[in-house]
Amino acid sequence: MALVIENVTKLVEKDCHINDISLQLEPGTFNVLLGRTLSGKTTLMRLMAGLDKPTKGRILMNGQDLTGVSVRERDVAMVYQQFINYPSMTVYKNIASPLRLAKVAKAEIDRKVRDVAEMLRIEKLLDRMPAELSGGQQQRTAIARALVKDAELLLLDEPLVNLDYKLREELRAEMHEIFKRRNSIVVYATTEPPEALALGGNTAVLYEGRLEQFGPTVDVYQHPQSTRIAQAFSDPAMNFVAGSVDATNLRLGDAMPSALEQHLNGLKPGKYQFGMRANHLQLQSRTATDIEFQANIDLAEISGSETFVHVTHNGAAWTVQQQGIHQYQIDEQIKVYVNQARLYVFDLDGHLVASPDNASRQLT
Amino acid sequence: MALIDLKNLAHSYLSKPTAETDYALQKMDHVWEDGNAYALLGPSGCGKTTLLNIISGLLQPSEGQVLFDGKDVTGLLPQERNIAQVFQFPVIYDTMSVYDNLAFPLRNRKLPEADIKERVKEVADMLELNDVLHKRAANLSADAKQKISLGRGLVRSDVAAILFDEPLTVIDPHLKLLLRRKLKQIHARFKLTMVYVTHDQLEALTFADQVVVMNQGQVMQIGTPQELFENPQHTFVGYFIGSPGMNFLPCRMENGIAHIGDQEILVGNGTERLTGSFKLGIRPDFLKLHSQAVQGAIPVTVKAVEDLGNCTIVTVALAAQTLKVKLSEEEDIPAESGFLEFQRQWIRIYSDEKLVGNGVKQQARLEPAK
Amino acid sequence: MNKWEDNKAWFMVIPVFLVVAVSAILPLMTVVNYSLQDIFGPDQRVFVGLEWYKDALTDSRLHDALKRQLMFSSLVLLIEIPLGILIALMMPKKGWGASLSLVLVALPLLIPWNVIGTIWIIFMRPDIGLLGAAVNGLGIPFDHTASPFAAWVTVMLMEVWHWTPLVVLLAYAGLQAIPEAYFQAARIDGASAWSTFRYIQLPKMRGVLTIAVLLRFMDSFLIYAEPFVLTGGGPGNSTTFLSIYLVKLAVGQFDLGPAAAFSIIYFLIVLLFCWLFYQVLLKVGTGDKP
Repeated sequence: MALVIENVTKLVEKDCHINDISLQLEPGTFNVLLGRTLSGKTTLMRLMAGLDKPTKGRILMNGQDLTGVSVRERDVAMVYQQFINYPSMTVYKNIASPLRLAKVAKAEIDRKVRDVAEMLRIEKLLDRMPAELSGGQQQRTAIARALVKDAELLLLDEPLVNLDYKLREELRAEMHEIFKRRNSIVVYATTEPPEALALGGNTAVLYEGRLEQFGPTVDVYQHPQSTRIAQAFSDPAMNFVAGSVDATNLRLGDAMPSALEQHLNGLKPGKYQFGMRANHLQLQSRTATDIEFQANIDLAEISGSETFVHVTHNGAAWTVQQQGIHQYQIDEQIKVYVNQARLYVFDLDGHLVASPDNASRQLT
Repeated sequence: MALIDLKNLAHSYLSKPTAETDYALQKMDHVWEDGNAYALLGPSGCGKTTLLNIISGLLQPSEGQVLFDGKDVTGLLPQERNIAQVFQFPVIYDTMSVYDNLAFPLRNRKLPEADIKERVKEVADMLELNDVLHKRAANLSADAKQKISLGRGLVRSDVAAILFDEPLTVIDPHLKLLLRRKLKQIHARFKLTMVYVTHDQLEALTFADQVVVMNQGQVMQIGTPQELFENPQHTFVGYFIGSPGMNFLPCRMENGIAHIGDQEILVGNGTERLTGSFKLGIRPDFLKLHSQAVQGAIPVTVKAVEDLGNCTIVTVALAAQTLKVKLSEEEDIPAESGFLEFQRQWIRIYSDEKLVGNGVKQQARLEPAK
Repeated sequence: MNKWEDNKAWFMVIPVFLVVAVSAILPLMTVVNYSLQDIFGPDQRVFVGLEWYKDALTDSRLHDALKRQLMFSSLVLLIEIPLGILIALMMPKKGWGASLSLVLVALPLLIPWNVIGTIWIIFMRPDIGLLGAAVNGLGIPFDHTASPFAAWVTVMLMEVWHWTPLVVLLAYAGLQAIPEAYFQAARIDGASAWSTFRYIQLPKMRGVLTIAVLLRFMDSFLIYAEPFVLTGGGPGNSTTFLSIYLVKLAVGQFDLGPAAAFSIIYFLIVLLFCWLFYQVLLKVGTGDKP
């Protein structure tokens, strides 16, 4: 019993929005569709919901072909970017609406509405109208309405994108709890890597309508199979530097050569692209083996507790993520350090060759 | 260029305000220095746009005065105040070329064409609009249009201040960085007084020398990004700046020791004078989580783990309170229970939501959290 | 993919096709058919080819009517569009004043066309009409049944009074849609009221003004009821516009063939002018050089 997508292609006019995607999603799983805007996330969701029909391929739910089945006859719930509620109904009635349409008994409706409202922390707002709520509360209402009917397929299309960052932070932290212990297939589209990671489950990375990688979220994050996936699944985007390896040494950009260590041992001599996550670049050397680059500061962006230093090295734009607040002058010359143990190695076609060992993070 | 003086300023949209809540802007008294970049930051409805409109002259304050370089401009119209403003949505004159758009404010002020040409060229150079100078402005992208609106302010040599009202809202994410950089460069070069309204902390903290954090019509704190991070003067600033925001724990202070439930945390640093009920504030960045007992660490239970890739947010329970702990990628996470260490120099004590203890004279620089 | 699914949509639009076919295309085809025949009675008709078209195009009375019509429509546009914009600019933007002025402005639009003719006949009568008597009382002889000039002035006044409100409403809607930031920016840039109008309000109203010009041109080009009631096309033929001439031809003389040919020509003229206006207005204000 699962949602099976078989070689699905979707053309709109002549543009290919979804290009030959196959995917199987199991009940009780949480699945993130990760990709930039226009990567095909929304199109794929609409296909799953049965709002659109694929140009080629089939979509099966519990073994039954969905083509030709009206979305109204199907057991699907959806949450959108915009906060969509019935404006003339109270929060209670909004949440209850799918159950009323399904002709569920009054007492049962009441129990379910109150349960789900409590889980989303809007139990005190049930008598209010949507217009009297903040954006975050409106979206909580929309999510509650989607959850209340226990649909077998629950689709969420960037539900947090229109919330300001404090509300996004709060709701993101709760999402994991909210979707736990459900029998539905939950599909969640987002452009934000931290959201995907916080939600856990599986992640499918989409790029220009193609499925690039699908697997447990942490695996995809730690072992992105291509530079594209690494870019989509890093925030800030992964930094790249061209380099080469010979029998014993590693050369990165214009940095001094250094002896090969750890996971880089055994790389075939040749040219590679090396990927470095923003939080692995340092502005102070930590160990003697750190590789040192010269760079020019473009801009230091400051979030509340971190500094993102945008630098240029040999024409490549990098971002260095630093803890704490630091001020830098534009066009200041600085040194950037990276440790070999942190390097992702891709061949010149962008395929992953080696990734850092992930033994560093364990629950003890 | 101007020093902006806000004297006993307050504003209500009601004609006869009585209660404090009738005011969109609570009474304030500030002096903003000449040549500085200020950002007004706060959630929607906090009064930041009201304040901006009062400074620009689009709105008359119901109480108090606005002074530019000591001159009272409260009653003056925007065009009489020598200010420029960039709005949320690009305002350009559709039927004009980019050149004519930039020249417009000067032509309205009857400058000779030769001078206009020189000024427009200088500004177009600065904003990298040279290639499109003779194109029709209506056909350009949103970021170019926003540069034009900024340019119309920069061409005027008499401009006292440039005001920005969420100017990057409609700009593509990958172009935002370039525009932020451009803004910083322009500020460094022209040393203009700039006031920038936004609800986005990254934008405010990146842009400004001084960030004005607002909430419910009140200025909570004016300070550098570092001051806001290290010494929030109000619990709201601690909560609003940084993600996740500061943790606050109700506690009982006695002899420089904070009592939370039956746990004790040594605070010291002059808090010995404080006795009674307070709130202890500490940022998630300054908490450490150990799996074994460590000197001074307090036993806690792990409630939730949120792995964000670059860091991990762990929610822990201490007595009846929960706290967020921010851990770097290298740090291990105890499975069920662990020991929480408070980095003492980063503990702040609040009374009635205001900072009262520790850190007031804090000089120590923040080192990267390990 | 199922073909039936794909084509289902076409069945949905069949009713619309039927309505259009019955209401527009079938009558038009009948008229085309008539225009090619000389009709003497129900069963007596002769195919004459393009003869009626030749006749119509060389008919000097038709030429005169067309000239009159163009003159009339041009005057209508020249007066109503600027006047409409002016009134819209002067109307309050918000509050009860806005609602009240909207209701007042819209009043003439609520009166049936033939009633309007009657109202103006009475209003302009030299003996008892409020305006007619007043003008004559000043010593200026004014009688729209006797003087072609007076007839024109009366028809124009009536037309302007009746239809400028439509332009006002459209222009007002266009003005209301301009974001406040534009006006604030213009004030800060030191723009005068004229510059604000010229560079912000006028360009932003382009869309609604295009519609206003098209509507007013078409309507005024097709005007019938009001002059028919007011002047009956006279005195002489001085207010005989195309539609009045057409009706005189078809109904008065009961000559269906020439009238049908004339109708087709009339229809093509209206179509041509609308297309021209549309093209010109579309280009104004877009592209680097129009």
